Amino acid sequence: MYASNFNYLRAGTLAEASALLQKNPGAKVLAGGHSLIPLMKLRLASPTVVIDIGRVPELRGISLSGGALTIGALTTHAELAASAAVQDAAQALSEAAGHVGDPAVRNRGTIGGNVAHADPASDLPAVLTALGATFHITGPGGRRSVQASDFFKGMMNTAVGEHDILTTIEVPARAAGQGSAYAKFEHPASRYAVVGVAACVIVNGGTCVAASIVLCGLTSTPARAKSGEQALVGQALTRETIAAAAGKVGTDLGSDVLGDIFASAEYRAAVAPVYVRRAVEAAASRAR
Amino acid sequence: MSQVAIIVNGKARKADVEPRMLLVHVLREQFNLTGTHLGCDTSQCGACTVLVDGRSAKSCTIFAVQADGSEVTTIEGLATDGQLHPLQKGFWDAHGLQCGYCTPGMIMSAVTLLRDTPDPTEAQIREGIAGNLCRCTGYQHIVDAIQLAAGRR
Repeated sequence: MYASNFNYLRAGTLAEASALLQKNPGAKVLAGGHSLIPLMKLRLASPTVVIDIGRVPELRGISLSGGALTIGALTTHAELAASAAVQDAAQALSEAAGHVGDPAVRNRGTIGGNVAHADPASDLPAVLTALGATFHITGPGGRRSVQASDFFKGMMNTAVGEHDILTTIEVPARAAGQGSAYAKFEHPASRYAVVGVAACVIVNGGTCVAASIVLCGLTSTPARAKSGEQALVGQALTRETIAAAAGKVGTDLGSDVLGDIFASAEYRAAVAPVYVRRAVEAAASRAR
Repeated sequence: MSQVAIIVNGKARKADVEPRMLLVHVLREQFNLTGTHLGCDTSQCGACTVLVDGRSAKSCTIFAVQADGSEVTTIEGLATDGQLHPLQKGFWDAHGLQCGYCTPGMIMSAVTLLRDTPDPTEAQIREGIAGNLCRCTGYQHIVDAIQLAAGRR
């Protein structure tokens, strides 16, 4: 299906992209296009102006310094999954990026486009929340930084405003004793998460000293499993303690679980503890 | 209208397009390269897979204007001097197709797979074509075809 007609503008630099965005109210930013183009083809989005930032050089690249991984918004899922720096410093992100969509989708789709779109069934928002990422945004008032917990505001709604551009995502590099993982039950055609779980634990002297568990696919924004996290801290991470923590996830999800034609809310809620257990077990096995 | 210049199968091509025109439509309707198929039109089935700057991409999810200045390879660009590409030969010999609708996309995905992973395991092949749906074969002969092609290269 064809999208509605629009004016296409290509930005060569970030400053140019920002200026075009201020000048064209209602314009949408196009990066890899793997979230925006499907929406436009379904006419769920019909912007009159599309600003292509796909070739802005300062939005590319991955660097690791000062204990943080800095990822340009235009970094593709394939580039993330292939990066040795990401694999070492943010295991769950590497793992999740390698399971977004399929190989052709990963060659075009970008981390910035993915999180700015904020589909509830998308993998990376949960992973970046679990890893405590910071999102750097450029807008009319200059630059600002937003923590993951404040970034995802609602279904397909983020802290990136109409005149803003998400420029980089900063992820704290893996600390001593930390391990992280992402486990998902995926829709067989779209490969979106029916249930996705990102887990990150820090183990010190055989005891879990910090844990974060964040789910996607179930609620409109990434869901923290606080009771599950609390149940892990202070424990040795064994099959039994992990299973006990996973069993608490229902309390954390409450009645906000969404269902659709593929999987009902009840089904998703029943599957969630299984994937929490798998994600935490994998994270624990990688903690070093 | 915007003018796009794309190198398609090694040849410089130009087209006047509406910005909303998808790459798959320009390839099929303006360049008459109908080997690239449009299947689901929702980035899931992979029938429209081509190479953009050397890597597999779903041409139903790219506006042609985004490909301006890029190199695009379609199924028509694989054979050289009348000789089938090893993957085309593999699909022929291992019966990797029945109706053939998914085949061009399958092969273009497999080109990227074998570039990244020259000697893939069966699991790696299945992951490599995870974005390509086939309703005829049950995939086994497609996996065999890609394995055969990998061994012959």
